[in-house]
Amino acid sequence: MAQDGKRERDRPWIMRTYSGHSTAAASNELYRTNLAKGQTGLSVAFDLPTQTGYDADDPLARGEVGKVGVPISHVGDMRALFNEIPLDQMNTSMTINATAVWLLSLYIATAEDQGVDPQVLRGTTQNDIIKEYLSRGTHIFPPAPSMRLITDLITYTVEKVPKWNPINICSYHLQEAGATPTQELAYALVTAIGVLDAVKATGRIPESEFGKVVGRISFFVNAGIRFVEELCKMRAFVELWDRVTRERYGVTDPKQRRFRYGVQVNSLGLTEQQPENNVIRIVLEMLAVTLSKDARARAVQLPAWNEALGLPRPWDQQWSLRTQQILAYETDLLEYADLFNGSEVVEAHTQELVESAWAEVQEVLKRGGAVEAVESGYIKQKLVESNAARLRAIETGEQIVVGVNKFVESAPSPLTENLDDAILTVDPKVDADQRAALARWKQDRDNDAVEKALAELQRVAKSDENMMPASIAAAHAGVTTGEWANLLRDVWGEYRAPTGVAGASVKTAATGPNAETVQRLRNRIHALEASMGRRPKLLVGKPGLDGHSNGAEQIAIKARDVGFDVVYEGIRVSPEQIVASALEEGVHLVGLSILSGSHLALVPEVLQRLREAGLGDLPVVAGGIIPEADAERLRQEGLAAVYTPKDFELDNIMSDLIDLVDRQHAAE
Amino acid sequence: MPPSDVADDAQQVMSANKAAVSRALNLVEDRRAESHARVAELLAALKDAPKSTDGHRVGLTGPPGVGKSTLTSALARSLRRRGRTVGVVAVDPSSVRSGGSLLGDRARMSFDPTDNGLFVRSLATAGEVGGLAYAANSAVRVLAAAYDTVVIETTGVGQSEIDIVHVADTVVLVIQPGSGDVLQFLKAGIMEIPDVLVVNKADQEELARRAVADLNGALRTASAAGAGGGENRDWEPPIVATSATKGTGIDELIDALDAHRGHLATTLAARRRQGEVQWALDLFSRKHGEHGVSTLGGIATIEARAKRNLDGGETPLSLCEQLSREYVAALGQTA
Repeated sequence: MAQDGKRERDRPWIMRTYSGHSTAAASNELYRTNLAKGQTGLSVAFDLPTQTGYDADDPLARGEVGKVGVPISHVGDMRALFNEIPLDQMNTSMTINATAVWLLSLYIATAEDQGVDPQVLRGTTQNDIIKEYLSRGTHIFPPAPSMRLITDLITYTVEKVPKWNPINICSYHLQEAGATPTQELAYALVTAIGVLDAVKATGRIPESEFGKVVGRISFFVNAGIRFVEELCKMRAFVELWDRVTRERYGVTDPKQRRFRYGVQVNSLGLTEQQPENNVIRIVLEMLAVTLSKDARARAVQLPAWNEALGLPRPWDQQWSLRTQQILAYETDLLEYADLFNGSEVVEAHTQELVESAWAEVQEVLKRGGAVEAVESGYIKQKLVESNAARLRAIETGEQIVVGVNKFVESAPSPLTENLDDAILTVDPKVDADQRAALARWKQDRDNDAVEKALAELQRVAKSDENMMPASIAAAHAGVTTGEWANLLRDVWGEYRAPTGVAGASVKTAATGPNAETVQRLRNRIHALEASMGRRPKLLVGKPGLDGHSNGAEQIAIKARDVGFDVVYEGIRVSPEQIVASALEEGVHLVGLSILSGSHLALVPEVLQRLREAGLGDLPVVAGGIIPEADAERLRQEGLAAVYTPKDFELDNIMSDLIDLVDRQHAAE
Repeated sequence: MPPSDVADDAQQVMSANKAAVSRALNLVEDRRAESHARVAELLAALKDAPKSTDGHRVGLTGPPGVGKSTLTSALARSLRRRGRTVGVVAVDPSSVRSGGSLLGDRARMSFDPTDNGLFVRSLATAGEVGGLAYAANSAVRVLAAAYDTVVIETTGVGQSEIDIVHVADTVVLVIQPGSGDVLQFLKAGIMEIPDVLVVNKADQEELARRAVADLNGALRTASAAGAGGGENRDWEPPIVATSATKGTGIDELIDALDAHRGHLATTLAARRRQGEVQWALDLFSRKHGEHGVSTLGGIATIEARAKRNLDGGETPLSLCEQLSREYVAALGQTA
């Protein structure tokens, strides 16, 4: 206690909001506004082309520029993003993975331009490629060169940017992909082990210095609505990480063994129905990662209440920031030591999680570790199964979601009276503007310097030298994101990760009303097969760069379970590819999944190309975060149906799909 | 398509028109009895297509998870670079419970959608538990009429490894380092010796070297035990180490495939004929069971007859139809 009788308060966690959109200049303005409102760090959302290594002028970037984040093509964009934000005083988290080496190089180059010594830079690059293969889908390269980029970034920053968190091992996206708490713990830990083992294998870090590397590893965690269990999960993380660092890596300094993590609370459980309830969900989920002092987050970012509807507006994000501020500054939480030490209930459940997670860690290690368990599809399959079980529990009502499958009656909500105004829309002009700006950039830069920098990058990529110095030099020379990534694509190739759907075994209820529904659907498919001569065949495609494949995977599995032959193409397929697949596979129906907000560009293109290929009669449906006004437009263009997060009853969707095939068959 | 259009469609298939190839594949997948005659007619029209005669049918088999899809994708890309056109039949298992399937091979493949020289069709095994799909045999013949090389990728379990011999000119067994079971099966003679062996995922050199050595040993044991001592044993199955994700070893694999195709020059017709006989037998016995076979005089009798009729220009499908009619007639007489 302090002298005046008041308790000493702990320092609050870093408060951030995951944000960025449209252009570097627009995002810069947003950042400065957010900082003025009391935000204490920045969390940069990059758009999908930047995350997957394309410039705005690449055909694959069509419709995606500035949508889910800010486009950053070169050091000029990065300078604009941090205009009047002194980098020596900022703590910046960047959600960037496959191109992390590049974006950090642009950040360091920008700092140098500002006259800031990289030694003082603070922040985080996400840099976790394993969970990209498993869930988020912005990977580019095969596992081996990807792991090399990760270790290059780590070994470089440990020496040259020592306050930087070079990697944020993400269990966050594993939970979004359906992971149980045990799986979340286990797969995050095996990822960390895979990374640390890889760093060790580089031989660049002397044994005596290895503790420093371990001390820089941080985590990015999810917190779901079962907040007591989530709290225990965080305590289990602390205990397991201490064990791993001590036993496997022999780290003796307890500070270097500390489990440091940032958190974004669960977006998966946010509902489209009665979306105002999401505010309460967000608060409860935040408690799980803040209440226990010994397992408290270092940085918290909260989603906005209307994320299931579309992109949140500045006011929505402010509401989430205020939520954090009230907990940290108004309440007395930060005045106390850990509230749960000595609690038998918390301790017992924590131990259960520790044991089950440790067993799964051993299982993965037995299978050759995280990379091998990704390549074999083992982990992905486990996640797909868990997610299917979760969705089934919601569909059957076994898991209650207020406003969705229980207590659904609602008075009209003033918050969503005008739905189209309740979300942010990105100006469609952004795409063209960014392309024009890029053309100007390429014209004005010293192209000889660019050629030289690219040649050096290529040489280094083929060697086993660290990629960071050549990338920083390329950043200064004016090289673009697309040029950097395309060069490496040529050297290392691209990777398509296992989808986990084919092998996933999913339990269907054997009896009860759901079993009867499924049986009815199967009978209808069977009848259709008899009359058409072939079993109804569905193509599930994800056009665009968005890699969030959970929805598409669950539709694919459900469709198989009611009897469709399902062609699943995985993520990031172009409209051309979807049409080619529809033609070659002879499908009866196409389902598109788009969560990045680029549906208005991509869906009409698929429809147009199908017509050109003589497949204009093929019914096409789409699922995603699609506002009703957009859905109406797409239906007018010929889309047969639109599904959004509120359509959680997969059986109803399947019944619709069968209707569509049936109607088309009858018309032929 | 009405019967009169079949010749027209066959012509379009032979010129590798994608829409026509796709329609032809839809037709051969069609299980309705009223479609069988047209399927037989189409296959007869495609039988002597120039590409079909000169082309190469490659079967990829091996346990699940060894990277067959990724290898197929890498193989197709390299063949395209060499200027050859490629048709792929990717077979995946159907769910026993729902009859549905998840055909995921495309997800592991990267290809140029505007390339007219590459065609991929996924098929579900449907009723054939563990075996090749109902339509795989016919589908291969459709694609063979349109493309230089046809690759058939199996599910890698159960019956498919035996069936593939009847469909492919060259059978490639794909394994990964540490595939103890496969080695045991080979040694024990439970598994037919394939024409080419691939050790995939050979990223780690030491492991791959050991795997190749193990495989060599198993092959020696198997041939010493007299396994696969058929007409073809002047062929020493080459072992190729590949990494489909890195793209290494693929050129060597193509060379090995070409060498085997060259080796078959004189025996290819007989090999394909044997495959067709077997297919006709399979079709018939799946439909009418043991009783059907014995009613028509037993396996050897039907086989000899199949050889004669196929030499006479009949196709396995039309032959099976003919046998069925005879069986039904025989049933009528005994009844």
